[in-house]
Amino acid sequence: MSQRNPAISKGIDWSLAGIYLLLVAIGLTAIFAATYKEGEPVIQSFLRFKTDYSKQFFFFVIGAALALFVLLTDSKFFAATANLGYVIGIVALLLVFPFHSDVKGTKSIIKMGAFNFQPAEFCKIFVALALAKYLSRPETDFSKIRSQLVAAAIVMFPAALTILQSETGLALVFFSFFIVMYREGLPSIILLVGFAIAALIVATIVIPPNTLAIILTTIAAGIIYVYQRQIKRNRGLLLGIVVLWIVCVGIQRFAVPYIFKNVLQKHQVERIYDLFGKDNPYETKKIELTAEDAKKKKESGTSYNVRQSKIAIGSGRVFGKGLLNATQTRYDFVPEQRTDFIFCTVGEGFGFAGSIVLLGLYLFLLFRIVTIAERQRSTFSRCYAYGVASVFFFHIAINMAMTVGLAPVIGIPLPFISYGGTSLLTFTMMLFILIRLDADRQMVLR
Amino acid sequence: MFNQSRSRIIRLIFLVVILVITGQLFYLQVVSGKFRQMADENAILRKTIYPPRGLVFDRHKKAIVNNTLTHDLMVTPAHLKGIDTFFLCRLMEIDTAEFRDRVITAIIKNSSQKPSVFEASLSPQKYARIQENLWRFEKAFYVQERPIRSYPYDAGANIFGYLGEVDTTYLKKYADEGYVSGDYAGMTGLEANYEKALMGQRGVQYLIKDNFSRIQGPYEGGAMDVEAVAGSNLYTSIDIVLQQFGEKLLTNKVGSIVAIDPKTGGILAMVSSPTYNPGYLTGTERRKHFSELYTDPRLPLLNRAVNASYPPGSTFKTLQALVGLAEGVITTKTTFSCSGAFYGCGSARPMGCLDPGTFYLSSGITHSCNTYFANVMQRVINNPRYPSVDSSLRAWNNYMSAFGLGHKLGVDVPTEQKGMIPTPEFFNKQYGAGKWGFCTFRSVSIGQGEVTATPLQVANEMAYIANKGWYYIPHIGDSIEGEDKFGLLEKFRQRIVPINMPDSIFEVVHDGMQGVMESGTGRGSRVEGITICGKTGTVENYYRGVKQPNHSFFAAFAPRENPKIAIMCVVENSGRFGGTYAAPIVSLMIQKYINDTISAKWKPRMESIISTNLIPKMMLDKMRQRDSIRRVREEERELKTDLKNIRDTLQSEDNLTETEAKAGNRKENKPPKDTGNKKPERKDILQPDTLKKRMVHSRDTAKTDKNQ
Repeated sequence: MSQRNPAISKGIDWSLAGIYLLLVAIGLTAIFAATYKEGEPVIQSFLRFKTDYSKQFFFFVIGAALALFVLLTDSKFFAATANLGYVIGIVALLLVFPFHSDVKGTKSIIKMGAFNFQPAEFCKIFVALALAKYLSRPETDFSKIRSQLVAAAIVMFPAALTILQSETGLALVFFSFFIVMYREGLPSIILLVGFAIAALIVATIVIPPNTLAIILTTIAAGIIYVYQRQIKRNRGLLLGIVVLWIVCVGIQRFAVPYIFKNVLQKHQVERIYDLFGKDNPYETKKIELTAEDAKKKKESGTSYNVRQSKIAIGSGRVFGKGLLNATQTRYDFVPEQRTDFIFCTVGEGFGFAGSIVLLGLYLFLLFRIVTIAERQRSTFSRCYAYGVASVFFFHIAINMAMTVGLAPVIGIPLPFISYGGTSLLTFTMMLFILIRLDADRQMVLR
Repeated sequence: MFNQSRSRIIRLIFLVVILVITGQLFYLQVVSGKFRQMADENAILRKTIYPPRGLVFDRHKKAIVNNTLTHDLMVTPAHLKGIDTFFLCRLMEIDTAEFRDRVITAIIKNSSQKPSVFEASLSPQKYARIQENLWRFEKAFYVQERPIRSYPYDAGANIFGYLGEVDTTYLKKYADEGYVSGDYAGMTGLEANYEKALMGQRGVQYLIKDNFSRIQGPYEGGAMDVEAVAGSNLYTSIDIVLQQFGEKLLTNKVGSIVAIDPKTGGILAMVSSPTYNPGYLTGTERRKHFSELYTDPRLPLLNRAVNASYPPGSTFKTLQALVGLAEGVITTKTTFSCSGAFYGCGSARPMGCLDPGTFYLSSGITHSCNTYFANVMQRVINNPRYPSVDSSLRAWNNYMSAFGLGHKLGVDVPTEQKGMIPTPEFFNKQYGAGKWGFCTFRSVSIGQGEVTATPLQVANEMAYIANKGWYYIPHIGDSIEGEDKFGLLEKFRQRIVPINMPDSIFEVVHDGMQGVMESGTGRGSRVEGITICGKTGTVENYYRGVKQPNHSFFAAFAPRENPKIAIMCVVENSGRFGGTYAAPIVSLMIQKYINDTISAKWKPRMESIISTNLIPKMMLDKMRQRDSIRRVREEERELKTDLKNIRDTLQSEDNLTETEAKAGNRKENKPPKDTGNKKPERKDILQPDTLKKRMVHSRDTAKTDKNQ
């Protein structure tokens, strides 16, 4: 089809391209505001690519070139090479283990010349494509457990590798692909069970263990009481309730403490507890802290980040302080503000109004992608589109929730806004592959 | 396309999550207002810029109060860990206990995060030593420059006052003037009175700091900053050379001299003795010196010129003459004869007079005849024009008030006293209405008993008489550089003409006063070439009912034809007559002011006056007592430190956190701080203002007074 329509512009969804440019522009502005120092020669430093905003602009140019390249590619190519891409992605992830360089505590980065390269970041593209490929196979019957397990494995394998690289945040992103599977027929019950477990874990953190055990027991007893008639008729129901009760209490009393103690790292557990304003009870070496030391610790730890981030955003008020008058973000009160906490700059500089505009843009982007997904004729394109939507959503939701103090501090970037070459290029590629596939939406890809 | 409905659920999930985030944003940015303030606290540093304080100049534009730089060693207790305390103590010549004490004081005053003064005004040696080794104590210690006052002439301490650190009461009192704890402000004297003009206007600089509190530059380009405005210079009417001379003359004497330029009301000299070197309260050991002065039984911190009031003695007779003439109860030709005492009150004890004979008004003044002025006042009080003693005394009060007695004059030095002029109310309270008459208070007619005046009031009387009926409120501040923005000098610009009296009345009094110097009680202090009009006074006084040596008074103005100086001098408890000490001192001052030199004839007398020690025995006793107490205390302290040193060597050094914890407990029994608001405790210290004596007198006013 593309051979018959040499004009690459045909069928392109311009609204997505427009939003993309707008978001990148906002991102560049925000990075400029966060890193510009008084009296810096803007043009000069921009041209020398010494500053973060000029580097980001450079990445944007590369990204645009890549996007053009993607648009020129035949859409069949993506479906055809999806499996190969997945293998390449996994190999890259594995290569990290012997070849990673030590950049601030992470083991996920390979240094290539002047550029840092993070396979876990761009691996998302390959996983999205591979998952779409698997789900769109004619022989895949997604209502079967076996297919569901295979799909889950495609997603979880790179996630596991990423966790081993101490990049929990990036690993969690892969869980967002369950949204794609849900769309393709994953039983709702799995989603519900997932939510229930999440709620139980939160309850475990917030409510003291014994109290929670009593609450769970009371609920179980209540259910048995209410359904006693049905239970008389069907003994299996009672068994089911009891098993469920045992599982819940088991998770609460043993599984969660075990995970917090032995699986997750200390700082991650701390971040989770910080979110709820509590001290980590699983700290192995519990030293008696004086009040002052505890205060100091609070101020220096991750809760400091969130506190400063909230101060920065809150101080923006309704209309913001103006871009270069944002004292909190401009004078380094918020750590990591050009990368993970970039939203502070927008919140402080442009206030509630600016934040709403940005959130609105993101919501429009997500809805637009869902709309595009649903108009695809081929399952491959649809699955891929949902994959893009899911990844974007996860990044946006977790990043923003983290900066406003609603989620634990998980270091994942804000799409198109955060500083960072790999993430910008990854998101650009993901979006433009979608635009390319969408341009050929009448075609059925296998 | 199965499962298409699920796209709606997915959209719903997206929407809900975005809305939750929006909700939190709404809370942070719109509902909760605390974050803006927290952000400002984070990032904005408000720095006060202190302008240099205004200088003080004398009438010849010589700087008499100047600014010089001193260095304070500042400590930030939070950064003390890892500092070689022992080495610092050696540099500062203190022991570790003292070091800890100072750190605790600093924490109590300013918290451990903020810098506070560790040692104020480092001596040059210490400054040099610290400066060399400062890098060793980096972060915890730094040296700050601070301008302090210097006094090129080492004179006028009681006039200038001193600067002190503001305390909480001061901060409360001047809440709107922008002082903060640790600031210095004028506590007394001119420094306090002209504080507004001298301090200038503080500037404020808003600076942006980063997360490590490093200064990043001005906030909003300095748009909110306020420039500091230097303090205005104060030009005074003081003649610093005359002031120095006066202080020298009163060496080892208790008393004061006030000299006024009668034409302007400008004070030429205001000596209060004993005094202290004004630089004594600025240097390294300001606190120690302050408490030393504060406990000195001679009360060097008391400005006797305005803050002590004495019965004016015979100098008061000049005013009695004016009242008599103005009331028409006597004329210039009226005579009274004195056969040896005043018997006008019948059986009551007569008031003696030294020169029996018949006197005219002027010769009455010249020879200070008690009988004459007792008669004059008796006529005033018993004047048939007035229906009662009440009203006639009130009329007399009006004259006194017009002469500037019985109320504060409004001089620009704080702590001025009112003095005392007895009113009908006073006597009614004392004796009951109708149970008193002239004879009850007849000693008032010769300036004894229920009447008191400050040296400043007496000097002002002289200016009034010299000007023949008018005066300006005496003042030291003459003009303020730039303009008098606060209206501090306005009241001194108004000529006060309290009652109209013909010049002829004053001429008679002038005649009498000139006679004092030529043939009367002050003849020994005549000065060749200057027509001085003067009046001696010898003031009896009592302390707790015990008669003390007389105060020697002399009040004068000169020259008669064109008065340039109105002056008074009091020497407390000198035990002789007014003519003995006060009169020559006044003559010397007049010579010094008018001729600029002391004639060769007067030189030996000047030397002998300077070398005479007239500190009252009672004060000497108290000083001796204090010294012996101090000696005992010092011995005790030495013993204590010895014991402590022994203990210290046994004890390991405590760490700082413990010190901080203790700081809370120590807050209550904070050591007393010296502040300017505190006036010297008057209890049990010899009072020049013989308050108690007055009580004795009121019981027995009829006592014969010896007056010259």
